[in-house]
Amino acid sequence: MTGQRSDTGERLPEAGSEPVGLARRLLASRAFLIGAIITLVILAMALISFLWTPYDVTKLVIANRLKPPSPSHLFGTDHFGRDIFSMIMVGSRNSIAVALVAVGIGMAIGVPLGAWAAAKRGIADDILMRTNDLIFAFPSILSAVMITAIFGPGAINAIIAIGIFNIPVFARLTRGGALSLWTREFVLAARVSGKGAARISIEHILPNITNLLIVQGTIQFSLGILAEAALSYVGLGAQPPMPSWGRMLFEAQTMMAIAPHMAIFPGLAIILTVLGLNLMGDGLRDALDPRLRETK
Amino acid sequence: MSYFLFRRLLSLLLTLLLATIVIFAVLEIVPGDPARLMLGINATEDAVAALREQLGLNQPLLTRYFSWIGGLLQGDLGRSFTYSSSVGELIGERIWVSLPLALLALTLSTVIAVPVGLYAAARRGRASDTAIMAATQFGIAIPNFWFALLLVYLFAIVLRWVPAGGFPGWEAGIWPALKALALPAIALALPQAAILSRIARSALIEVLGEDFIRTARAKGLTRSQTLWHHALRNALIPVVTIMGLQFAFLLAGTIIIENVFYLPGLGRLVFQAITQHDLPVVQGTVLLLVASVVLTNFLVDLVYAWIDPRLRKTAQ
Amino acid sequence: MSYHRFPTGLAAALFLSTALLSAPALAAKDTLVMGVVLEPPHLDPTAGAAAAIDEVVYANVFEGLTRINENGEVMPALAESWEVSEDGKTYTFKLRSGVKFHDGTDFDAEDVKFSLDRARADDSTNAQKGLFSAIESVEVSDPQTVVVTLSNPAGSFLFNMGWGDAVIVAPESADGNKENPVGTGPFKFSNWAKGSAIEITRNDGYWGDAVALSKATFRIIPDAAAATNALLAGDVDAFANFPAPEALPQLEADPRFAVVQGSTEGETILSTNNSKAPFSDIRVRQAIAHTIDRQAIIDGAMFGQGTPIGTHFAPHHPAYKAELIDTYPHDIEKAKALLAEAGFPEGFKATLQLPPPTYARRGGEIIASQLREIGIDLEIIPVEWKQWLEGPFKGDYDLTIVSHTEPLDIGIYANPDYYFKYDSKELQDVIAKLNVTADTEERYKLMGEAQTIISKDAVNGYLFQLAKSGVWNAKIEGLWKNSPVQANDLTGVHWND
Repeated sequence: MTGQRSDTGERLPEAGSEPVGLARRLLASRAFLIGAIITLVILAMALISFLWTPYDVTKLVIANRLKPPSPSHLFGTDHFGRDIFSMIMVGSRNSIAVALVAVGIGMAIGVPLGAWAAAKRGIADDILMRTNDLIFAFPSILSAVMITAIFGPGAINAIIAIGIFNIPVFARLTRGGALSLWTREFVLAARVSGKGAARISIEHILPNITNLLIVQGTIQFSLGILAEAALSYVGLGAQPPMPSWGRMLFEAQTMMAIAPHMAIFPGLAIILTVLGLNLMGDGLRDALDPRLRETK
Repeated sequence: MSYFLFRRLLSLLLTLLLATIVIFAVLEIVPGDPARLMLGINATEDAVAALREQLGLNQPLLTRYFSWIGGLLQGDLGRSFTYSSSVGELIGERIWVSLPLALLALTLSTVIAVPVGLYAAARRGRASDTAIMAATQFGIAIPNFWFALLLVYLFAIVLRWVPAGGFPGWEAGIWPALKALALPAIALALPQAAILSRIARSALIEVLGEDFIRTARAKGLTRSQTLWHHALRNALIPVVTIMGLQFAFLLAGTIIIENVFYLPGLGRLVFQAITQHDLPVVQGTVLLLVASVVLTNFLVDLVYAWIDPRLRKTAQ
Repeated sequence: MSYHRFPTGLAAALFLSTALLSAPALAAKDTLVMGVVLEPPHLDPTAGAAAAIDEVVYANVFEGLTRINENGEVMPALAESWEVSEDGKTYTFKLRSGVKFHDGTDFDAEDVKFSLDRARADDSTNAQKGLFSAIESVEVSDPQTVVVTLSNPAGSFLFNMGWGDAVIVAPESADGNKENPVGTGPFKFSNWAKGSAIEITRNDGYWGDAVALSKATFRIIPDAAAATNALLAGDVDAFANFPAPEALPQLEADPRFAVVQGSTEGETILSTNNSKAPFSDIRVRQAIAHTIDRQAIIDGAMFGQGTPIGTHFAPHHPAYKAELIDTYPHDIEKAKALLAEAGFPEGFKATLQLPPPTYARRGGEIIASQLREIGIDLEIIPVEWKQWLEGPFKGDYDLTIVSHTEPLDIGIYANPDYYFKYDSKELQDVIAKLNVTADTEERYKLMGEAQTIISKDAVNGYLFQLAKSGVWNAKIEGLWKNSPVQANDLTGVHWND
């Protein structure tokens, strides 16, 4: 949607045109600040978990199972006596890694494809758009289930399954943004000076749609976290002993009546992470797109 | 208009055709011999070979593809490997759970989202708008299956207002059936309502800022008249688009939600069929889900064109 | 005045409430919804190994010559009596008269001959052909009498004829039994909504005592959480084998439910591929045995439900050797030493394939965590049953966890091709001797010897005997406490008010 707005003749902000203004706008955005703080906390938690967690999550202490939250176990313990706070810390790595790599796959393949289609138009463009339609026609969770049926469950296959659906998102976005840029004067000038399509795409088109990509990337990142949780929840994501938030929820569901804390905290972790990323994405979009800011 | 229709219809058929190829190819790669899986561990090689022959698994790839397509065109989806009944029958039974569920969720999310979005747009910038927007941010971030767990805990286990899961069948009466679908529909609808109300709000705000609205206001129409007559129709475009996308999303969402509530719908059918390597059922169900997504998108395009005549021309 | 009115009001209220309470008693409930975890692939018990088939049709829809009751005893069924010859090789069954199949055809000796011959034929698809291997011939002497001749005496023949795989079917309907089972039992098959429920209804033409239930529904609920919720919400009246042990304390505390703990024939073991290095080295298997903490597994995976075992034998059987639990006591240091001796001072990597049941998935996580202490790093691979049958059960695996629910199945260790890949001449001799021994005392002694051999050889990791936790509405009576065979015999079930 964002990509199609440029046909109003609005001048897209060029890369690095006003870094100071951007930073000021971002800092003034409450949504961005809250989102960024939440995201940073989650990221820090994931990084710290490599060095330290309150308890070892691979060690099961059965005697200590299903303890409600207490000072020694902030979020309580699970059915194997593991510390849920520690598991959420370690589980954040899995969520972040899967979502991040999936976004990376989507960008790495989708952006060049979209730029190529915009540069070539015609058949190339048609093929790309048809393929996009095709991929969008498969409900993502359904395809993820099919992919894991072929390759077996696991974090890597979850990444592939989620990544595939990020490709058309970025391809479409890049194509939309690039199409309108190709009619702009500075691009025409570059063409006249004899630069090839690939070079123009890299030097002139891409820098001008970076903002769009960053905003969309943040959104896809948060969608990836949700998708990973859903896959793990049905048992198709990361496998034990690696903790994952979705799996924790799966394990919690038979114990709702005796240990609701097992379901509540991992759920809150997912919500908080997605919320942080969404707020950050919104803040970024508002700060990067002056037109939207006006309508606010 | 007819050219536009024709073009869209052509691309719809093309997408469906490609989808059949993809589905067929993907399932070819799935490891495991269906015949052996069906017969179990004690079966002799001869019996397995005989069954392979009977199922037509020994024919070349292309022959099987075309016989599948041929069957599809005649409305024959093949026979299930695990259940001894036809795929058409199985889907026919299950669709009466999934389709009502998705429609119920879609209705629910629209009924909640549009008024909320309009209200927030009308009170833009005020405290109530801010509060609503903050709430929708939470709504978007909530995984629907987690929300489902909490709903079950509260309404089925603690309060016992509705069953925790299962489906009595429509023959048990409309009311018990609706009661069984209530929690799953809410779990699916609320996160969607959050997205939809944000879209509705921003679409309306955008439209309200445009020239023709200012003109209308200048001509002396009241604020609410403007809102109803002019703004709403234009704000509907993005709302309808998202609703179309949501229908697809809701159908897919039923895969997980049906597992939480053990509803015997299409989602659970396809999930079970995949784990049991019941290829004809997987092929039939996946194709049906894909077709419904493609068709919905087609309908959305039509509605789109109907709402905004300008698009008919630019679409060419 | 008010002083008078109060007790009157109270009495009225009491009267009203008793009237309300007894109202349902007038229309006594005669339907039952029973939860089952697995959906059967079809409903013909003579053509499939799945226990899920017997859980629906055994004793309800189909009957055999004999039947096995709640306590594992052999009872007469379609055969009202029998005589065994001196040499133990000839069985003369006297059949019941006036028995009809659900489709109206008569039951007679020809049906018995047809069923037994069909089951033991070369092209038979019976999953338990071994039950019939001793049969040499089946003769019809008159419509009410069948003579079965065995090639050698088999002490368990009458028990075998009570299995679900040995039920009597009619030649007219046998081919359609998968979809539309036609038997002689007190219930008729009525409907199967695939993926959802199977319904059976009372057979009014039944030869024996009419059953109390007019209709029974088996609702398929594969998910443990859904099972708990279905019980709590009252959607399901009973679970003979409740899949979520963690919810038992909550259900026990709820006066609406009866929670009944019974025994099963399910030895839950860490099956080990004895032909594959490094598990082919007995020291490695001993190290694993020393590392496994059974109580932690029972507590963590089954919430305390289960009895630790030291060998492959049911603890409730008189021949069970309880002392074998201490063959390899929990001792991490000793385990590490054994592993070092076997050439793995730093441990090694292997895979652990886990089928869907809770005992396997959760137990596997605990075992992986325990074995990590001695350096054995297990990669956990969850598999569906079908994959399990294709992989581990065919010998393609390192370790897996499964519960062997067949009664008295220690004989599987004598088969070197069985998926344990355990080849011991000593054990094979003991089992061979057991198979031809009729004297009970002597049989128990041999069973004890076999138990000791496999325990000492640490063939598999012996974990625990699966418990059967039945949970049902406290007003239901007549469901089985134990499960000597996997069945939900509903013939004696009724509601109590």
